[in-house]
Amino acid sequence: MSAEPRIGVYICHCGTNIADNVDVQQISKFAQGLDGVTISKDMMYACSGPSQQEIMVDIREQKLDRVVIAACTPRMHEPTFRAVLEQAGLNKYLLEFVNIREHDAWVHNDRDAATEKAKDLVRMGVARARLLRGYEEKEIPVGEEVLVLGGGISGIQAALELADADYHIHIVEKEPFLGGTMAQLGLTYPTLDCSTCILAPKLSQVERHPRIEILANSTVESVEGYVGNFTVTVSQKARFVTDACTSCDKCTEVCPVAIPNEFDVCLSKRKAIYKTFPQAVPAAYAIDFDTCLNKSNLLVCERCMEVCEPQAINFEMLQRTTRKLHIDTIIIATGAKPYDPSSIAEYGYGRYDNVITTLDFERIYAPTSPTDGDIIRPSDRATPKKIGYIQCVGSRKPNPALHQHPYCSRICCMISIKQALVIKSKIPDAQVTVYYMDIRAYGKGYEELYERARRAGIRFIRGLPGEIRENADKSVTFIGEDALLGRMYSNRYDLAVLSIGLEAQEDSRDISSLLGLARDTDGFFIERHPKLEPIDAPVMGIFLAGTAAGPKDIRESSTQAKAAASRASQLMRKGVFRKEALTAEIIEERCTGCKVCEEICPSHAISVDGVAHVTDALCAGCGLCTAACPEDAIDMRHYTDAQIIAQIDAALTEKPSEKVIVFTSYWCSYSGADMAGTARIKHSPNARIIRLLCCGRVKPEFALRALEKGAGGVLMATCHPGECHYERADLEARKQYELLKGILREAGIDDSRLAMEGVSAAEGKRFAEVINQLARKVTVLEPIPAKKLDIARQKLQEHKKDLQRVI
Amino acid sequence: MEFEISGDELVNKVEELSGQNIFSCYQCGICTGSCPFAAEMDLGPRRMIASLIEGQVEVLQSNTPWICASCFQCVVRCPNDIDIAAVSEALRQMTQRRGFDHIDLSHIPAEERERIPQIAFVGSFRRMTR
Amino acid sequence: MKLPFYPGCSLKAQAKNFETSGIAAAHALGVELVEIERWNCCGTVYSLTGDDLMRQVAPVRNLIRVQEFGENRMAVLCAMCYNTEKRASLRAQRNKEDLEKMNAFMDKEEDYRGEVDVVHLLEILRDEVGFDRIKDRVERPLRGLRVSPYYGCMLLRPREAGIDDADRPRVMEDLLGALGAEVIDHPYKSHCCGSYHTVDDPHLVARRAHAILSSITAHGGEIVALSCPLCKHNLDDRQELVAQLYPDFSKVPVVYFTQLMALAFGLEDAMGFDQHYVDPHPLLEEKGLLRKIKV
Repeated sequence: MSAEPRIGVYICHCGTNIADNVDVQQISKFAQGLDGVTISKDMMYACSGPSQQEIMVDIREQKLDRVVIAACTPRMHEPTFRAVLEQAGLNKYLLEFVNIREHDAWVHNDRDAATEKAKDLVRMGVARARLLRGYEEKEIPVGEEVLVLGGGISGIQAALELADADYHIHIVEKEPFLGGTMAQLGLTYPTLDCSTCILAPKLSQVERHPRIEILANSTVESVEGYVGNFTVTVSQKARFVTDACTSCDKCTEVCPVAIPNEFDVCLSKRKAIYKTFPQAVPAAYAIDFDTCLNKSNLLVCERCMEVCEPQAINFEMLQRTTRKLHIDTIIIATGAKPYDPSSIAEYGYGRYDNVITTLDFERIYAPTSPTDGDIIRPSDRATPKKIGYIQCVGSRKPNPALHQHPYCSRICCMISIKQALVIKSKIPDAQVTVYYMDIRAYGKGYEELYERARRAGIRFIRGLPGEIRENADKSVTFIGEDALLGRMYSNRYDLAVLSIGLEAQEDSRDISSLLGLARDTDGFFIERHPKLEPIDAPVMGIFLAGTAAGPKDIRESSTQAKAAASRASQLMRKGVFRKEALTAEIIEERCTGCKVCEEICPSHAISVDGVAHVTDALCAGCGLCTAACPEDAIDMRHYTDAQIIAQIDAALTEKPSEKVIVFTSYWCSYSGADMAGTARIKHSPNARIIRLLCCGRVKPEFALRALEKGAGGVLMATCHPGECHYERADLEARKQYELLKGILREAGIDDSRLAMEGVSAAEGKRFAEVINQLARKVTVLEPIPAKKLDIARQKLQEHKKDLQRVI
Repeated sequence: MEFEISGDELVNKVEELSGQNIFSCYQCGICTGSCPFAAEMDLGPRRMIASLIEGQVEVLQSNTPWICASCFQCVVRCPNDIDIAAVSEALRQMTQRRGFDHIDLSHIPAEERERIPQIAFVGSFRRMTR
Repeated sequence: MKLPFYPGCSLKAQAKNFETSGIAAAHALGVELVEIERWNCCGTVYSLTGDDLMRQVAPVRNLIRVQEFGENRMAVLCAMCYNTEKRASLRAQRNKEDLEKMNAFMDKEEDYRGEVDVVHLLEILRDEVGFDRIKDRVERPLRGLRVSPYYGCMLLRPREAGIDDADRPRVMEDLLGALGAEVIDHPYKSHCCGSYHTVDDPHLVARRAHAILSSITAHGGEIVALSCPLCKHNLDDRQELVAQLYPDFSKVPVVYFTQLMALAFGLEDAMGFDQHYVDPHPLLEEKGLLRKIKV
């Protein structure tokens, strides 16, 4: 590379998409006159094959060492043009992608204003391009060890797929037996297959597979490291029964302890030594030590040992053992929890005997149930003849005061339809009525099952009951409005079944902190992209499967599990993984070893011993460390301080008071701005967007620089609280924002020029509104006297000095 | 009472008076199912909201908002957090503000008027007269 | 403790026994309910229209009365007044623009600052006196008296005004239990009595009263305890009409919870059991609760 950069600038027409609203030829001419630009062209479709070729030829012939593409959103074609650079022999990080479509041509009516804005954006792009550097991406070796967290159907399917592909699987399951919720079901829809019958062969396969290790009765204590290099500490509770167990069942006959059986939703009792169901895996029984009489470590009861012929029972086992596993990829299959409707007072679950849930009912009609599959009602074990179902219990209720969930749980309509058909087949003269809001029978064979249910005489009444009342004979009455007939009902039933939804597991928060996963507002784990990357967790090397990522049925869980296996396999097959070079860089001469960066890093990527060291593989590029460092001893590769300042200066070259510098986060607000573009939501042309990975990168000095250069306003467009891609970097960003607000006020400056607003990736409309509001505000403000800005800068310096002193 | 009002105007006015977005209703029926007076009403709260959503101006002739006692049971149970009692009040206000009284004291026999506590009078005048 | 007390109109007329028993029972627990001066009618019901500030003025003026005295709390007994004042106070806090308009309108009053909290006596009893202290004060436990609590609407709904969980309230049950009574639960305890429809449609009220009271008796309740003069009128005075419409209806005495407190505390002069349509005396005598206590 020569000392002076040789930049190639390409302005794309995108057909008429950009050219209709932005004078692309003018921009191209303008760019030619900028410092460092060797060649500037406009192209009809820059992404087309011939155009890409042209760029490659230009790079070689003009000896270009940096390229600026002004076109659509980088989300579309940044990878395309990075590939072009690499093919032409340039490092891919020497590409600057300027968004003049979603952020400009598509959102402004005034062609002149849109063209002026495009000029600014290109000027910003060129200014940054001058300072770009190339980087080598690190290669991280990845082996063949997989951790599958959770032993339900999703975990089992993922484990089998990967084990058959010759990887080594460790299934960690917190219960003593695998199987999950699927093992508790009677039949599955729409085929009405026996659930255990289709599950058992899979369990068998898992148990005998030479490449699968089952760690039942186990939980994950800690996870350190990164993809290809995870260290997972697993804590295993003893089951006190060895593999010699033959499942003869003599022990349960003699065990004196009987407690409610959670597997049978407490409709039956089990012993302290038990197996949840005959086909459960591991085959050896387990002793629930908390209920066993020997729990105080004194051998007071030996009855089970006495009858155990293979002598498989061993109370000498250590209660807890810890193992450290070296793991390369992780699959999360921790499942979901059935909703407990006890908090819905008006339905009486938990108070009225004959109000049960659909899961309770599974454990009644299932062939392995405490009644051997006979359908009875709890109060008197009589055969119910009139049964009423209530749909959407725990789901589809946005009102937070109701303590239910706003989402649809997807499976409940089909579960009720299935159960209603089971009832009709076992009790032909039974009358089953389903009270619903909507029937969602969306999958393959589902609508047909719904039709079958209607034809079998099962009634569907639209209009959820307002309440259930218990009658003197323990039957129940539903009170509500029949919306189809337009009149009130007061209908008596022998048995009420609440069709409950799913919710996130109680330990989902713990699991998410252990692994650095993100959860949505409902507690389910979030995928990297809801449409295009639905399997990957945002953390590299971790994949999601099953209901842990949201309610779904067995077919969907199996599909996702196999997809997760495929993703993990792909990652491990190559043996290495290339990490993007968007990482923090320590300027060692300035580092004083104060450890502020180590503490603030949400990825635990920095360790300090005298000076700070960044583990590139772990660094996610949020930039919190750069903003927090009191010595300015950290910079961010590819998003350097100098590049950001250059963009600010470039944006404010002309008529600065009309412009608002907008710092955006690529994961949220930048995409929100894209969304405004895609939806063509027009807004005022004042925004000059600077793309960052996270607003945590924003140092107060940047905002101050913008104000010093005469900016009308500065906006930090962050995510919404709780939704940060980098854990809680948004909180740190807010701290820097509040700090600067305070300093401005102290310096006597109207702080309303500085704003912080949350805009998520889906909120195009909101982005437009925020820009409009800010534009209106700043155009009426008085310019800031330079003296006051000096005072502000001084105060910022003082603050930094104070920080240093404290440390 | 005759009204010269379009469906859209009706909805806009009702939303403005009540501060509620009635379109978030998905017609689950829990409100009518919980209403102690639903059996006495011609429409009930659910159909009252449905009528508004569909711009049915005839809802102003319905007896539903007049039988409503503002007991708030529907409000507490609505999954979409709609203040249905406020919507009911808005409908009453639409006619009341045009000079309509739903109660005529002269129709109430004298002995009744003696026995009824003034709290009932004040309450009913507030809710059902201009 | 001293608490500014807002009685409301009914407590000075048909519901005088509610006031007398309430003040006396509170006094017995060391809670002095001090009637605020120059109070006005609260308006009975909270206006639900967003633009009608005129109807917010009356309840806010009462809050100003409290503020003038340097106090920041107002205790209420009548459930309707409680609900109206509570919601008006919350609205004044939430909506500063409207409060400014109201203050500007009430130019002869000091500006309301939005700092007065409205509480119901039951909240004070639960949170500051405590049921243990109430139990200690009982001289004549209401043993054998099967009481059904009736909350009505205004104590519990909407949630912002509720003194307890709207779906599963406990405060009256706990209070009655502390007084020694046997508490009989029933499904209609927060179902509307018909409220002000006693004016334009007494039959509607009679139908509601019938449903509520017969459910109570079906569950074994023999007396009803409540906290609202309108509910009391609808459930007590209207029993005459109920009996006309439903020949099999058996009458049930209906009293204010404070009267039962006065009874249990031995406050003979404050019980006020003479102001009822269905006379509670026979039942109370049968339970031996009207015998004079030997001191």
